[in-house]
Amino acid sequence: MIARLTQDERRNALIILGLVALMGAVLGLAGRDDLLGWHGLLIVIFAAGLALPILGALDAPEPTEDRENAYYDDPTRLGILLSMGWAVFGLFMGVWVAALLAWPELTFVDSPWASFGRLRPAHTTGVIFGFGGNALIATSFHVLQRTSRARLSGQLLPWFVLLGYNLFCLLAVTGYFMGITQSKEYAEPEWYADLWLVVVWVAYFLIYVLTLARRKEPHIYVANWYYMAFILVVAVLHIINNLAVPVSFGQVKAYSAFSGVQDAMTQWWYGHNAVAFFLTAGFLGMMYYYLPKRAERPIFSYRMSIVSFWGITFMYLWAGSHHLHYTALPHWVQTLGMTFSVMLLVPSWASAGNALLTLNGAWRKVRDDATLRFMMIAAVFYGLSTFEGSFMAIRAVNSLSHYTDWTIGHVHAGALGWVAMITFGSIYYLVPVMWGRERMYSSALVEVHFWLALLGTLVYVFAMWNSGVIQGLMWRTYDESGSLSYSFVDSLVAMHPYYIARALGGLMFLMGALVGCFNIYMTIRGASASVAQGDRPADPNADRSLVAGE
Amino acid sequence: MALTEKDPITGRETTGHEWNGIKELNTPIPRVVFLFLGLTFAFSLLWWALMPAWPLGASYTRGLLGADHRQDVSRALGAAQLDRQAWTQEMESLPYAEIEARPDLMRVVSESGRRLFGDNCAACHGAEGRGGPGFPDLSAKLWLWGGELETIEETLRVGINSTHEETRYGQMLAFGRDGMLSRPEIASVISFLRAHAQNVGEPDPRDAQGAEAGAEIFAEQCVSCHGEDARGLKTAGAPDLTDGYWLYGGDRASLTQTLVNGRQGHMPHWEDRLSLAERRILTLYVLGLKPPEGGPDDS
Ligand code: HEC
Ligand code: HEC
Ligand code: HEM
Ligand code: HEM
Repeated sequence: MIARLTQDERRNALIILGLVALMGAVLGLAGRDDLLGWHGLLIVIFAAGLALPILGALDAPEPTEDRENAYYDDPTRLGILLSMGWAVFGLFMGVWVAALLAWPELTFVDSPWASFGRLRPAHTTGVIFGFGGNALIATSFHVLQRTSRARLSGQLLPWFVLLGYNLFCLLAVTGYFMGITQSKEYAEPEWYADLWLVVVWVAYFLIYVLTLARRKEPHIYVANWYYMAFILVVAVLHIINNLAVPVSFGQVKAYSAFSGVQDAMTQWWYGHNAVAFFLTAGFLGMMYYYLPKRAERPIFSYRMSIVSFWGITFMYLWAGSHHLHYTALPHWVQTLGMTFSVMLLVPSWASAGNALLTLNGAWRKVRDDATLRFMMIAAVFYGLSTFEGSFMAIRAVNSLSHYTDWTIGHVHAGALGWVAMITFGSIYYLVPVMWGRERMYSSALVEVHFWLALLGTLVYVFAMWNSGVIQGLMWRTYDESGSLSYSFVDSLVAMHPYYIARALGGLMFLMGALVGCFNIYMTIRGASASVAQGDRPADPNADRSLVAGE
Repeated sequence: MALTEKDPITGRETTGHEWNGIKELNTPIPRVVFLFLGLTFAFSLLWWALMPAWPLGASYTRGLLGADHRQDVSRALGAAQLDRQAWTQEMESLPYAEIEARPDLMRVVSESGRRLFGDNCAACHGAEGRGGPGFPDLSAKLWLWGGELETIEETLRVGINSTHEETRYGQMLAFGRDGMLSRPEIASVISFLRAHAQNVGEPDPRDAQGAEAGAEIFAEQCVSCHGEDARGLKTAGAPDLTDGYWLYGGDRASLTQTLVNGRQGHMPHWEDRLSLAERRILTLYVLGLKPPEGGPDDS
């Protein structure tokens, strides 16, 4: 990878890493009496760890090939591997917290880092940001170049985004284990990590805009609309929700700019749109490229793509308040959240329908090819979880589902069934392409992964639906005297078998991911990091019409 | 511009754009999409008309139904209270003897009591009230402060070593840590206690030493709280040390802990958190707790 950088670029990389290390050192010194000191140290180590191989290769020969005449795929390759690594970590954490809910003594060590409250955000951050985020960055770089027929903008910028983003994830997760959190779900990291993510994200946005500006295609493909929406809206959400004033520059603690019900509303406006633009829009971008590509079918309807894109982007932004039904939030805000969530169903289903109808004429492939089946099932679960979401957003329904495992079931129908499945499908398509192989090492193992993932998801989701509805009903059952019939502990006892089932379902899902890692490892072992002959950008100097027949 | 072509499978035209092999069909949007868009939008319009919905500067549209979820809650709570008044009033005002004679009220005690106990007390006293180390077994009915209905009701109201102004206050002194007794003296008094108590676990060779000296120390240091015969004093909340029920344990190690570092259990007060009716239900419920078959569990 370093061999593909010029010596000037290697020097620039060192300068950037030097600045990062300096920043870490300043943080570490300012925060030497605080947990912040450890994070300063971590940043220095991270930067030094990257600088060493570059230092070693500073005078190595420069690249000889014409780089502008090839796509820039090294960041995508590393991104895929990082994504799978985080998947294993995040899913393992998921299985651990699931097991803790069934057998609370399974902390193994009696120390604060292993407590449920710290492991749980390590799970959510590990899967959403580690696994999902890396997959989004990796695939977005790939899709952007192929659909623009242009090389990524910048030689160092893509590395900065990918590695900088992973530094953020590391700061987040190590922070939880030490007890650093601002207690906003999905936005737990404190101010310094948040600021760093802003820098990384602006660079990400720049890559996108600059590369699109150089595109050799007259139109911007749908997948890119979604990726752009994802990048842009996540930037806005992240900045606003994390507005906070640190106690001092030497301490991790910061106080939010919001308080009370405004804080809650800002948080769930963020939280819901994190679901919408991180877990939905980004992955729709993925789906719009890899599904038609693998199925070798045209998108069913361009017009439906447009309607659902604008429907989703517009309506999601209003729906956040459905997370705060029956709270101190004014009634009118809840009404708006509920009605927009109901309307949101239509563009969501239009997307899912567009994907499934694209498969018309390719159903035989779906049957034979587990990679495509991953994507098909993802679209089905996308449809299912959005229907469920719109239903749960209705206040009367939410009064039953809120605070129960039904929410957890909904989350994982989306997370396992949609997010993880579309990612695995895309990665199975992408790995052979990126490493110049004809196919994955073993299609039987892809098949095994598919069934483990599907079975795990179904077990998880059905267990939580059952458990959630039982819980919700037990909490609202009164006896003739007008008193509640069940104590909270009674409901916990009733949950126990479902918690065990969920842990088993999760274990299957994790095993599937491990099978996937092995398969990917065997595929890329000994492969050269190169793509097929014809897979290159349009000649930057040539007129478009000349390359059209390629 | 690029040329459109016909897709052989669906018979639709493509849009003529192509990205790395991906094409799009120009299929019109199916009617059902518009139908459902229309339906959900109509539903929303209707809902906005009926319910509080859109902000108007400092105010908002109230909706034709005049709904307000804060009022809904207070109304529902009021109704529930009214509904329960039939028996809550009696539960609060009737003497215990009369409640115990009323099957309808006693049914509320056993049903509501179980739920109230599960939600408020089980975390410390266990689901069946059988306790654990440091948390008394309520079914054993060996009380620190007394087992009369009124006494228990008062214990629940003010708690033990709690933050309530009138809390019951009881403390087993840290004789060792605070230097009131030396280690050998503590060992002797423990031998004395173990010689006179039951359920002291495995016999220990040290039990043979110092029991007589221990008796003297006991008479000097302990009787003010635990009583001349070591059978406890309810006024001090000091337990009977001979009954064979140990809150913290009767083996030498636990007893040494107790005497060296002292003990002070914390039982929260419930006056602010449970209504009088609920506390009285719990009082009756606690007194009705059954010990396990074959006497109190002493392990
Ligand atoms: C935080 C733990 C905790 C909770 C919750 C708790 N208790 Fe207790 N309770 C204790 C402890 C500890 C003692 C013993 C106090 C001592 O050692 O001095 C105790 C003692 C008692 C006693 C015995 C008093 C005596 O005279 O022997 C009764 C009765 C009692 N609790 C009832 C209840 C009821 C009813 C509830 C629920 C409303 C409850 N407790 C909730 C910790 C708790
Ligand atoms: C100031 C009053 C006081 C004095 C003096 C006192 N105790 Fe206690 N003791 C208590 C109280 C109160 C408890 C209950 C502590 C609790 O659970 O909160 C207790 C508990 C105990 C227990 C624990 C019983 C169990 O069930 O595990 C032992 C043993 C004990 N005392 C022994 C002694 C001995 C021996 C002495 C004299 C050296 C002594 N106490 C002097 C008040 C006293
Ligand atoms: C091996 C598979 C998995 C298992 C066993 C698992 C388990 C769990 C458990 C036990 C919880 C806590 C539930 C609670 O507090 O009651 C949880 C929460 C969560 N998980 Fe997973 N998980 C898995 C995979 C995933 C994946 C792949 C994602 C996302 C892509 C994900 C996203 C989340 C989210 C967002 C939450 C928080 C939900 C909420 O607060 O409402 N999980 N998970
Ligand atoms: C039309 C689309 C959707 C709607 C209207 C919707 C609606 C809802 C509702 C009403 C809740 C419960 C709020 C509560 O009671 O606390 C919820 C929770 C959640 N949903 Fe969805 N949902 C949709 C799609 C999705 C998708 C595709 C995912 C993908 C993973 C997802 C992930 C989540 C998560 C993570 C939570 C839990 C938030 C938390 O409490 O931590 N949702 N959603």
